[in-house]
Amino acid sequence: MSLMCKSCSKAVLNKKFNIKLNCHDDLVIALAGNPNVGKSTVFNALTGLNQHTGNWPGKTVENARGNYKHKDKKFVLVDLPGTYSLLANSVEEQVARDFICFGKPNATIVVTDATCLERNLNLVLQVMELTDKVILCVNLMDEAKRKKIKVDIKGLEKELGIPVVGTTARSGEGLQELMDQVYEIALGFQTTSPRPLVYTPDVEWKIEELTPKLVELLEGKLNPRWVALRLIEGDPTILDSIRNFLYDDKDSNAQEEVACIYEC
Amino acid sequence: MKEGYIYEKIMPLSEIDVGYTVQVLKLLTTGLQRRRMLDLGLIPGTVIEVLRKSPLADPIAYNIRGATIALRTEESRQILVRQMN
Amino acid sequence: MNVNQGYQSYKELITIQNELYEEGENELRDSIVSSIYMQAEEIANKVVERDQTKKFYWDKKLDDILTSKYTGFPIMFLILGFVFWLTVTGANYPSAVLANVLFDIEGELTNWFMSVNAPEWIHGMLILGVYRTLAWVVSVMLPPMAIFFPCFTLLEDLGYLPRVAFNLDKLFKKAGAHGKQSLTMSMGFGCNAAGVIACRIIESPRERLIAMLTNNFVPCNGRFPTLIALATIFVGGWVGSQYSIFAASLFVSFLVLIGIGVTLLVSWALSKTLLKGVPSSFTLELPPYRRPQFGRIIYTSMIDRTLFVLSRAVVVAAPAGLVTWILANVMIGNQSILAHGAGFLQPFAHLIGLDGFILMAFILGLPANEIVLPILIMSYMSKGSMIELDSIQAMKELFIANGWTWLTTLNVMLFSLLHYPCATTLWTMKKESGSTKWTLFGAIMPTVIAVVVLLVITQVVRLLGLV
Repeated sequence: MSLMCKSCSKAVLNKKFNIKLNCHDDLVIALAGNPNVGKSTVFNALTGLNQHTGNWPGKTVENARGNYKHKDKKFVLVDLPGTYSLLANSVEEQVARDFICFGKPNATIVVTDATCLERNLNLVLQVMELTDKVILCVNLMDEAKRKKIKVDIKGLEKELGIPVVGTTARSGEGLQELMDQVYEIALGFQTTSPRPLVYTPDVEWKIEELTPKLVELLEGKLNPRWVALRLIEGDPTILDSIRNFLYDDKDSNAQEEVACIYEC
Repeated sequence: MKEGYIYEKIMPLSEIDVGYTVQVLKLLTTGLQRRRMLDLGLIPGTVIEVLRKSPLADPIAYNIRGATIALRTEESRQILVRQMN
Repeated sequence: MNVNQGYQSYKELITIQNELYEEGENELRDSIVSSIYMQAEEIANKVVERDQTKKFYWDKKLDDILTSKYTGFPIMFLILGFVFWLTVTGANYPSAVLANVLFDIEGELTNWFMSVNAPEWIHGMLILGVYRTLAWVVSVMLPPMAIFFPCFTLLEDLGYLPRVAFNLDKLFKKAGAHGKQSLTMSMGFGCNAAGVIACRIIESPRERLIAMLTNNFVPCNGRFPTLIALATIFVGGWVGSQYSIFAASLFVSFLVLIGIGVTLLVSWALSKTLLKGVPSSFTLELPPYRRPQFGRIIYTSMIDRTLFVLSRAVVVAAPAGLVTWILANVMIGNQSILAHGAGFLQPFAHLIGLDGFILMAFILGLPANEIVLPILIMSYMSKGSMIELDSIQAMKELFIANGWTWLTTLNVMLFSLLHYPCATTLWTMKKESGSTKWTLFGAIMPTVIAVVVLLVITQVVRLLGLV
């Protein structure tokens, strides 16, 4: 039994992120977004009172989780700290990045503010680089309307290659569609084709130079292009995280078995 | 074009008065501070509007890519800009 | 997978990063971030359409007023003052009702104890000690918190708090502290424990610690009732009774300003000595004002703040009630332990312009600041359990009969403002900082400040022969 569980990412969720699932079939959804875009409103609207807060293990950063049911499935929604980027310049950004990267949620929702989309897209593009199971939620559509800003949702969908839903979480508008899209993506009924980020030739050249070595070292556990970018960028935290999540195997057996008990 | 360039003054962002719009030319910071600034969208070419001073004149709030962000003088002094209007 | 192999891979990754670092290509790093932003800009330009004709934004107008050189500070103090006033006056009635209900239940419990012939001391310990203290803490703490926290959350939800940080940042920068400390400080008015938790928003460990250690210099809801009662007595002698509420409010506001001043001063001293360092870079977003969501406000302020803080207070107040009752009722010779303790503390207490019973009350009040005054009254009346006098006038007469002067009243207020934080706050400090050493410092440093301030004032006043 424990052999089977070693390969399952739910054990990582339990062990490193302190997220326990009642049932192995529960789907884990991460909720990312800039600060002040109404992310917690979306969180509250989806989960209602079925939520509780704690801390990320070892960090004084709040970790809110909630549950909701949609169609025949149960979802665990994990509210990540509000950040402008995932480049890990702060504890919050590191927590958010590590969860999307190593916690392997079944899908990630990125909440953005329709009134300043440009700034928010920075984060969206970074999340898309990490995972293809992304849904973009363009929130505060009512504010945008008030400020006479029009967002072409369909056009955005085409540009990004991921599902985009316009919402006004405060009044509940668009949330049904959001949950539908999350369902489709999380269960793999629909696939996405995220627009790849293109960098300047000198960066691309450097990535190419590093890739063969990284493919060998990462053994398919992480996207080599993404790791190459972080190394070039000089991100001081990425190696710690890789060590913590991929290579740290000590005393893990016992805890992974605990995770198995929760399966049904 | 060339003549116009002569009159352009390069100044630190901290010196710009409220109401003016400027364009970022260069960041003088390094390390983590530089990464944070870049993260806010302060990359060369970005257009910034000086919005308001706090009652004690520091920090100053700027419109950076659609969000209102307040920076202390220590930070804004390290951002070289060019006036646009 | 093989652990050693994993470690080997990790080592090789480090080597790669070090090599890249040696090359020191700052431009590559910049260009990665620029590329992302440029592509975001490109996409946004394609899908976003703005109507440029609309020029009037009420957000902007509001900011013009709330952060203006002239009106920014006055409005800030008016709003803060209004919230205090609402908290204090609004809490009076529900507090009285709660107290009545809880003390009625006490009567019932007493009857039950008598009916089963429980020994007197068991009834004393459990009902007069534990239950009565709990009833006190709940009835005095719950209503103000249930008013203050929703008000505070409302301001938070509206987007006003970042403007407070924007207005005050320069003062905190000068003190070597973080701009967000003004937010954790305002949170402390509700409850210092909640204020210490709020320090999480400060990222740099040095500045977070400064914010935690100085949080208790702003009086919390537990101390406001004490300060208001004593301020009424203090100013009551000088102004006519019709102005006394107003004068007392003014005096309390003055004390609050002293507290803020001490916060800045101590922050400055810490950042120059024990917690040396330059203020970390500070970027603060001023988000657009938003229509508040009342459901969320009630939920977060009640569940996350009020009940959370109350439950912690209850946990520490229960044993405190027990201990107080035992100390006040166990006799050694012809005096209770409490009186012996007060006698022992008397010489030192006199030196700083207090008396032994006052110091005993502050020591026993460690678990929760709101029980300080009741304990004090109890010991003056040599009754074995806590009571509250029904009027401020009666309290004043009791104090005068026990040798209080205006200096004593002033000193008790200052001591309450400056002394060690309550046990709940200390516990929270320990949990949040993870350091016993800093928690101890957080208890000792304010106490030393309080003692020094009182000593100086008392000696100067006595030297000048003002009392």
